Amino acid sequence: MSDEYENKTGYQAQSSESIASGSIGSGVASDSDYVRPAENAEQDLYHGHSFITKWVFCQDAKVIGVQYFLLATFTGVIGLVLSWLMRLQLGFPGAAGFMTAEHYYQFVTMHGMIMVVYFLTALFLGGFGNYLIPLMVGARDMVFPYLNMVSFWSFFVAVAVLLASFFVPGGPTGSGWTLYPPQAILEGTPGSGMGIILMCVSLILFVAGFTMGGLNYLITILQARTRGMTLMRMPLTVWGIFTATVLAMLAFPALLVGSLMMMLDKLLATSFFMPTILKAGEVLEYGGGSPILFQHLFWFFGHPEVYIVALPAFGIVSDLISVHSRKNIFGYRMMVWAIVGIGALSFFVWAHHMYVSGMNPWFGFFFATTTLIIAVPTAMKVYNWILTLWRGNIRLNVVMLWCLGFIVTFVNGGITGIFLGNVSVDVPLSDTYFVVAHFHMVMGIAPLMVIMGAVYHWFPLVAGRFLNETLGKWHFWLTFLGAYSIYFPMHYLGFIGVPRRYFEMYDSPYMTSAVGMNEFISTAAFIVGAAQFILIFNIIKTLKTGKPAGHNPWQANSLEWLTPSVPPEHGNWGEKLPVVHRWPYDFSVPGAKEDYITQTTPPSEVKDTAVEKT
Amino acid sequence: MSDPKIEGFELKPGFSGMAKDTASDQTMFKGVHWGKAMMWIFLLSDTFIFSCFLISYMKGRGSTIVDWPNASEVFGLHVFGVDVPLLLIAIMTFVLITSSGTMALAVKYGYERNKKMCGWLILATAIGGLTFVGMQAFEWSKLIHEGVRPWENPFGAPQFGSFFFMITGFHGTHVTFGVIFLFIYAYKTFAGHYDEGKRGWFTTMKGDYVEIEILGLYWHFVDLVWVFIFAFFYLW
Repeated sequence: MSDEYENKTGYQAQSSESIASGSIGSGVASDSDYVRPAENAEQDLYHGHSFITKWVFCQDAKVIGVQYFLLATFTGVIGLVLSWLMRLQLGFPGAAGFMTAEHYYQFVTMHGMIMVVYFLTALFLGGFGNYLIPLMVGARDMVFPYLNMVSFWSFFVAVAVLLASFFVPGGPTGSGWTLYPPQAILEGTPGSGMGIILMCVSLILFVAGFTMGGLNYLITILQARTRGMTLMRMPLTVWGIFTATVLAMLAFPALLVGSLMMMLDKLLATSFFMPTILKAGEVLEYGGGSPILFQHLFWFFGHPEVYIVALPAFGIVSDLISVHSRKNIFGYRMMVWAIVGIGALSFFVWAHHMYVSGMNPWFGFFFATTTLIIAVPTAMKVYNWILTLWRGNIRLNVVMLWCLGFIVTFVNGGITGIFLGNVSVDVPLSDTYFVVAHFHMVMGIAPLMVIMGAVYHWFPLVAGRFLNETLGKWHFWLTFLGAYSIYFPMHYLGFIGVPRRYFEMYDSPYMTSAVGMNEFISTAAFIVGAAQFILIFNIIKTLKTGKPAGHNPWQANSLEWLTPSVPPEHGNWGEKLPVVHRWPYDFSVPGAKEDYITQTTPPSEVKDTAVEKT
Repeated sequence: MSDPKIEGFELKPGFSGMAKDTASDQTMFKGVHWGKAMMWIFLLSDTFIFSCFLISYMKGRGSTIVDWPNASEVFGLHVFGVDVPLLLIAIMTFVLITSSGTMALAVKYGYERNKKMCGWLILATAIGGLTFVGMQAFEWSKLIHEGVRPWENPFGAPQFGSFFFMITGFHGTHVTFGVIFLFIYAYKTFAGHYDEGKRGWFTTMKGDYVEIEILGLYWHFVDLVWVFIFAFFYLW
């Protein structure tokens, strides 16, 4: 098989001695340009012929990525509408006539679960992961294309089951996105019948589907890189997605087990999580279980989940900042180790979500320490982004605006995280709007800004046309200013003690100042939500009429822009796989003719430049 | 299996070799089949699933206020007029571990391209697995007959039934899937798919005897998990 491959590419293997003798920039060109021969055999791909195999049950990672993207966006829009309904009730109680307290709880729950799992996770890993990983590491496709296709359709079924819960008797579960037992499965909580069962089924399907996708991402990155592509030459986007996928592979099992046990508690009346419960003077048939156990399982998944969303965002934003400020990323290796370090630490902090759960106080002491340690690698990343921008040749386009918006928002949300990481500060702030403001800033708005930046950045690759910049700037400024109008006041609401998840504040005298503020927040939320449709309009408009992008419109270095055809075709690279000679950050290199040197440029072509050895 | 030969790359033992592999281009695990690397990572993920189950079991057993039933009584068998503790479970464990042995031999004969021996040994492994599942079904029905249910248990804490049925059920499902794949692979071996490099039914990957090793990894894992379940449920 490998012989066949070498004949196909016409590549002649050279002896290994030539590596030692050929130092970069000197000697014979072919020596310095030497890259080891291919280890992997050429991948056989299944090319679809009919509409069904090309666009529906498709095995091309790029199409699967777009499918993931569209379905995740669709569920995200549902989550957005739910948040509108919640804000309508909070800002103008009673304005939505049909809304009861039960509806409100259901909307809170579904909004949270949809946004965290079915929107952000699916979008970053399923969407960007599928599209970008094979292109960025120089593979023809994911290593297991069939499994990849099954992964998407499992996600599809998971979403269908989730949305089906809106239409069953009792409606979707209303126990909050954390699904805490015992109340999640007891009568009195909305959707405690079919709602919670469908939620558990949907989560299990999601985990199963994700595992199939995740194995693909990991093995593609580990075992199917192109010649010359070392781990330390990968774009940070790939590092972010890679580490997030590792986290997902190790964290989702806890969610799977928790969901399964909760489903058994509901269906078979087991008592894994159910303590002895008195209801209206009568003892229920449950007894002897531990509700805290569920919280541990849930947050063992739940906290890494935060980083499953954040790490791809970190990676992507690093690449966008580097390309659009025409500078190499500051401290590449530090960035990689920070991503890996944050990923590892994220498994030792979960109980900081449980300071008020009644667990042993010494646990809180331990988890506060580990939580605050995470600030170190995170701060390193923020400094490195700023130092990348420093004295860069910044293009202040829409992509860069989103990146700058991300840095500010992330710092903001990160700092409130330091408040909440300390037990003594967290206890009075628990379950107030301060917490809501914190996590929306740090894992809602900040990653969302990266997604938006990434859409404006990679749309020319996916569709071959630029998105409209003017519309993009409207979209950015409305979202950015609007998001701050929503979440800044929420910090204050938290300080005065407004509890989260309350349907109505009624006549609480100490909350009079909250009334006007809630109206303001709600109005801002309607505007920000509506502003997102500018993007959808922009995409539809520019798909046909946008300015053609051509090859490598941003003068980027990484492989995804170097495909023979734009948008890339199935198989990505035409006849020959690319050969990589450098990292993707050779921007503004002294001595080079242009301000960028692509990853496939061999050293002999840029002899007199001061490139860094990577 | 000898070390793979990688053109233009020298494989070295020990930590420095590992660092060199990691720093190199193209692959992290030199000469390792994609499917095999995938199986290892899948098993790592699966390990976390079973760990969550077993840790939940420890927590559940620790927090219940009713006494936990005595394992050697509950799982004992009454044969020939004597009570033998853990008899069935000893046989089950023996069968499963033996099947791991036949699996390992199947992998060996596979790499030696001995189609017949390989196929028969896979078949033997499948039958071992089937016997295991059968005996587990017998044990389940015995316990159910005695009144143990997921929600109640005449011998003590109701959580005993809950955890026992859930965890052994989850493990039994793993074994069952393994048995199904073993039968499929036995067929593919006898039909010569691995000799000819015939492509899979759904994928474009060419058949290779390494697939038997990959299935073997899964089978040994299921076996290893059983050792832990055995220790936690029957010996604790």
